[in-house]
Amino acid sequence: MAGVPSKLRYRPFNLGRWLIWGLTALVMVVLPQIFTQGYAITLMSQMGIMIVFALSYNMLLGQGGMLSFGHAVYSGLGAYVAVHTLNLAGSGQIWMPVSLLPLVGGLGGAFFGVLFGYVTTKRSGTTFAMITLGIAVLVDTCATMFRNFFGGEGGISTDRVIGKPFLGITYGPGVQVYYLIAVWCLASMALMYAWSHTPLGRIANAVRDNPERAEFIGYDTQRVRWFTLIISAFFAGIAGGLSTINFEIVTPDVVSLASSGGVLLATFIGGIGFFFGPILGAVVFSFFAVALSGYTNAWQFYLGLFFVLMVLYAPGGIASLIMMQLQLIARKRFKRIAPHYLAAGASGLLLLAALILTVEMTYKLSENSANGTVMNLFGINFDAARALPWAVAVGLWIVGGILFNLARKRVARVWGEIQTELLEARA
Amino acid sequence: MEFFVISLLNGVSYGLLLFMLSSGLTLIFSLMGVLNFAHAAFYMVGAYAAYSLGLKIGFFPALFLAPLLVGFLGALVERYGLRTVHPYGHVAELLFTFGLAYLIDEIVKVAWGLTAVPFRVPAVLAGPLFTVYSTEFPKMRGFMMLVALLMLMAVYLLITRTRIGLVIQAALTHPHMAEALGHNVPRVFMLVFGGGTALAGLAGVIGGVAFITSPSMADSLVPIMFVVVVVGGMGSLAGSFLASLLIGIIQSFAIGLNWSLGGFLGALGVAVNAQTPLYSLLRLQLSEVAPMLPYLLLVLMLIFRPKGLLGTRAD
Repeated sequence: MAGVPSKLRYRPFNLGRWLIWGLTALVMVVLPQIFTQGYAITLMSQMGIMIVFALSYNMLLGQGGMLSFGHAVYSGLGAYVAVHTLNLAGSGQIWMPVSLLPLVGGLGGAFFGVLFGYVTTKRSGTTFAMITLGIAVLVDTCATMFRNFFGGEGGISTDRVIGKPFLGITYGPGVQVYYLIAVWCLASMALMYAWSHTPLGRIANAVRDNPERAEFIGYDTQRVRWFTLIISAFFAGIAGGLSTINFEIVTPDVVSLASSGGVLLATFIGGIGFFFGPILGAVVFSFFAVALSGYTNAWQFYLGLFFVLMVLYAPGGIASLIMMQLQLIARKRFKRIAPHYLAAGASGLLLLAALILTVEMTYKLSENSANGTVMNLFGINFDAARALPWAVAVGLWIVGGILFNLARKRVARVWGEIQTELLEARA
Repeated sequence: MEFFVISLLNGVSYGLLLFMLSSGLTLIFSLMGVLNFAHAAFYMVGAYAAYSLGLKIGFFPALFLAPLLVGFLGALVERYGLRTVHPYGHVAELLFTFGLAYLIDEIVKVAWGLTAVPFRVPAVLAGPLFTVYSTEFPKMRGFMMLVALLMLMAVYLLITRTRIGLVIQAALTHPHMAEALGHNVPRVFMLVFGGGTALAGLAGVIGGVAFITSPSMADSLVPIMFVVVVVGGMGSLAGSFLASLLIGIIQSFAIGLNWSLGGFLGALGVAVNAQTPLYSLLRLQLSEVAPMLPYLLLVLMLIFRPKGLLGTRAD
């Protein structure tokens, strides 16, 4: 290979990328200064943890094409490793700064990634999905069996305030924990983004798209999947370690199928095709799980419905919807379609109101009827057992349905026209 | 001996219930390549529908109507849901059925409440069928086996002896040729999906009455159904029959046995106490490990025989 440079480098200064990362960091720093209530800090801390978790999941699903139903195994076991380490450190048996605890969680997650990943990554596609589910249930049932490690139903609690304060940081107040999570979140985001540009990240994409050809150019597809899973499990473990510090308790819930399903929902809703998709998904998911769950018991229903609608009509997730609009804005066509979006959005709100009314009234009648059937929605008091609110709901469904259908067709038509124009302009 | 007979009977009846579930799943999978994550959710809907219908028209009419209702629902799901995501590939279909399972779970909670409903065994089927030594074998279990066997026979006859069965078989192996010969293959897909979910609904009526009808009744079944399908061999109906029975029998035997590794070592003359390393592993009894066994079987199967008991394809 004499005379040929071993590597070609062409790397212009990427202003956009620096701006976006800088802005993200700035937002993370400034947000808790604006929203100082404990509730907001809790929400943002959970969002940070979920972002790391969802991004690590997208390493499998988006970049490696592996649909896993058991990703919480790695974050959960990472959390358990972290909580035991923290307890050992707390009792003075080992030396361990709390700030580095997520790393311990990550190593724990990676260890189990090596172990379980060897079995699961033997196959791909649908079979992989089923095996991950099997492993998840296996670990979940183990949680009831090994009480020493999993702590039974009550889980294992801990205290994050250990050792001498370092530069005044004790991790007592929530905002200090938030900043710790933010630092780890940002570092993990950057590392995972960098990973997607490494040879392993690229070949993982190749294995996702065409495993046969990846094998022909000399890669062992199982090994690529396995390594991807190990790294993904490492970052999932970091998320687990962060949640240990945040909640100061780890219960068997963290390895449950529901947690695994949650990260799948979050990642897919955000969009698996773009790096920033899972970040959006994690924010939306945390909003549903933390904020909306305070208002309604049916929040999982709304989340599930949202997910199914996304799978059916926007398989690229929120990220792809945004990118589609950015394309229009870049070509100066957004103004033409915006009014139609507004119309569709307004009629969609009618449908949403109809849905919420129907679901909440049904729920009231089936579950809460012992406390009376009078309920309050949008600040209006009414009786769910009367006919009038149901008539209102039916009316909203019909009017909203008709209007939304009209608006939807209009949007589709204008969208088609614009795409044709853009194609013609290019030709 | 008594333990053996009772465990065997319980194992076989549970295995047959599992087969009622996994047969529909296998049919759908082998025809459409779709792994229906929501299958257990349809099982639950079957139980709840039969409960609500049963309050008005009695148990036995509900036993027929509820599966039909579930099958109709399944056909609608195929027509307006699965067919939309089909172009995006199998992973998208799996995601759709996953979301659907999640959604059905929540709808059931919203509509019927969070606690179990009192879905009781009808008077005709209450009480013991016969007595083995000193243990009674309930009539309901016998009925469960009867329905499962009847269903097995009906499905077998339908697939091998009727015209629609032949079209299904043709569409299974050569969908394009079947389409070229003028058969409406998408409609066959819809019928099979509806039929498969109807079988799940039927299993739900039986399972709901025999065990419990609560919003969590589907949770434990999804993974075990997948174990049956993988262990039996993806898409093999006979394989899933074998695997269902195997898992049913393994579980019912394991629950009744208090063997442990420590006890085994003790019998060999090695003293085992709380100071022995790995004591928490050694003291575990087989009955405690029972819920784990199917998944261990799954993992072992994948390592040593990836195509399953009677499967033909390894992927």
